[in-house]
Amino acid sequence: MTKIKPVTTDYKYGFHVKENYVFKSGIGLSPEIVETISGMKNEPEWMLEKRKIGLAQFDKKPLPLWGGDVSTIDFGSIHYFVRSSEKEGKNWEEIPAEIKETYDKLGIPEAEKQYLGGVKAQYESEVIYGSLQKKLADAGVIFLGTDEALKQYPDIFREYFGKIVPPGDNKFAALNTAVWSGGSFIYIPKGVKVDLPLQAYFRINSANMGQFERTLIIVDEGAYVHYTEGCTAPIYSTDSLHSAVVEIYVKKGARCRYTTIQNWSTNVYNLVTKRAWVEEDGIMEWVDGNLGSKLTMKYPSVVLAGKRAHGEILSIAVANKGQHQDAGGKCIHLAPETTSRIISKSISLNGGRSSYRGLVQINRGATHGKSKVVCDALILDGKSRSDTYPTNKLFEGSGQIEHEATVSKIGEEQLFYLKSRGFSQEEAETMIVNGFIEPIVKELPMEYAVELNRLIGMQMEGSVG
Amino acid sequence: MLTIKNLRVFTENKEIIKGIDLDAKPGEVVAIMGPNGSGKTTLAYALTGHPNYQITNDKFLISKIELNGDDLTDLEPHERSLKGLFMVNQYPVAIPGLTTQSYLWQLYKKHNVGVKTSLLEFRKWITQQAEKLGLDPELLRRGLNDGFSGGEKKKVEVLQMLVSNPKYVVLDEVDSGLDIDALRKIAQTVAKMAKDLKVGILLITHHRDIFAYLKPSVVHVIRDGVISRTGDMSLVDEIESTGYEGNQ
Repeated sequence: MTKIKPVTTDYKYGFHVKENYVFKSGIGLSPEIVETISGMKNEPEWMLEKRKIGLAQFDKKPLPLWGGDVSTIDFGSIHYFVRSSEKEGKNWEEIPAEIKETYDKLGIPEAEKQYLGGVKAQYESEVIYGSLQKKLADAGVIFLGTDEALKQYPDIFREYFGKIVPPGDNKFAALNTAVWSGGSFIYIPKGVKVDLPLQAYFRINSANMGQFERTLIIVDEGAYVHYTEGCTAPIYSTDSLHSAVVEIYVKKGARCRYTTIQNWSTNVYNLVTKRAWVEEDGIMEWVDGNLGSKLTMKYPSVVLAGKRAHGEILSIAVANKGQHQDAGGKCIHLAPETTSRIISKSISLNGGRSSYRGLVQINRGATHGKSKVVCDALILDGKSRSDTYPTNKLFEGSGQIEHEATVSKIGEEQLFYLKSRGFSQEEAETMIVNGFIEPIVKELPMEYAVELNRLIGMQMEGSVG
Repeated sequence: MLTIKNLRVFTENKEIIKGIDLDAKPGEVVAIMGPNGSGKTTLAYALTGHPNYQITNDKFLISKIELNGDDLTDLEPHERSLKGLFMVNQYPVAIPGLTTQSYLWQLYKKHNVGVKTSLLEFRKWITQQAEKLGLDPELLRRGLNDGFSGGEKKKVEVLQMLVSNPKYVVLDEVDSGLDIDALRKIAQTVAKMAKDLKVGILLITHHRDIFAYLKPSVVHVIRDGVISRTGDMSLVDEIESTGYEGNQ
């Protein structure tokens, strides 16, 4: 087999370090691979059974014909499991040198010191580093790699795993169930409010790699947590696949905020299922930034199961040359007086394509349920494209769904105004774009907001033709 | 010195400015008056380089805009701005989400390279300037010109002028739609800048009210794309009594 070389581009995170893995599965998917993964992790029998159900569902389900083009994914050439380190380190010194180098370049240890309550770093298939502030651990907060959590808390794990995203939910959730590895497990005990974000960092290093992390978050009654994640990968001449599943349970009066800034290299298929179950007076907020990847299909969802539960989905997508961002959200109202809001902002440039795809459903009995959807698209040039696919289902007479959509181009007068004040075309465009996404950026932690503005600035560089 | 030589400007295939010569010295206020449609706004846009206004040249009659000896004629709008040319717009556009305060800071840094002012000092200073102009500083936290009244927009234009460190300022009908207090505050701010910092002013207007606070030393009247008359304040009195029609 010829060796796949990384491609050199301007993408800042496109570097790769030498592959130095402990175990790497052969390419392709089979019952043997699933058994090998489960066996290497010493999993209980029930988990292997779940994986087998997932595999059967994956084989059975056709590829989705909506959304982006997934027919180009070669499932037979992917490495489904790569173990790069024997165990999870508790401090950075325990991490193998070449992996540590990666995280140093990404600035993660520095960020941890400054503004995080805890960190998980996943490299290829498994979590290789974890930390949690002592006072949080003392308060009963659990923040573990998902594999480790299955070993330490098998009962709680079994109670929640695969309940809100069952194995057969969709083709990619089925694939994740079959070969999942890594991810974060978080439990916040009753009444505990975690004031600093818990952060996970996902990194793909190998070529033709599939990353299938599984995240499970349980926020008990009256508790609060903000979980953030970032994702990068080197750029290879062949494609990688990232197909995660995130399940979140927000109990009575609890609140969870989940922030993602996905900056995968533009050869990664990013097909992710994210769903939250929200009980009485609970609040779930998804803040979702999609900048990287070749194709993203991701619709963070909230199921508002208890009275007065609230769901919020804020989504930003930037589709540059060769990229398709098919993103949005889903809000399902099951209980009275539940409220939800989806705000989606997309930017298409250099021939990129962004789509908003969303579902709002207010079921019968969800009396006075209310939802508002606002989606705004900004198209920077004639080559680029933006579409909106909203679905609203109202089965309750007293329910209410509002939908607003705008599509705009950067105005010549706005550009001239800023240029006549001394800003170049590029600076002026960036200022207008940053203004456009500001309602979402202001919801981000400061470090993320700065990073997002910087990344968008980079996308805009050289975009003027 | 700002020098305009034989300026001819087309827009939408129509010649609007048909050969104008004028100049302004540092600290001087030059008024340009004229009826609607005479080409006043076209002149302002042509000076700042708006893409819809093309400066035309032929073999024998070369149009030129020069600022302190630099030829601006073929420069991009932002390059002209960096040379020290600033226009106060008649209809400033809104940029939603671009916070006025942070925009002004970016503008300040752009035009005051190497000056060591901290963001905190700047915010204090810009708040004071806003208060002096009678602009609610709360507006600085909102998107640039987003939902601002006509008067508020003009005041934000003046704030931008103050931070941009200009050598020459073109005021395009800054007086339109302003109440008398706003007009006085804006005109006095411009007058002070002209006097203290020796900034040259091209004051485009068709009302004389603003001259009470911002006194021109030269008055040009534009009609049909050419300067039809040039004089001093007595010319303004004449126009006042006979109208533009009366002094062909």
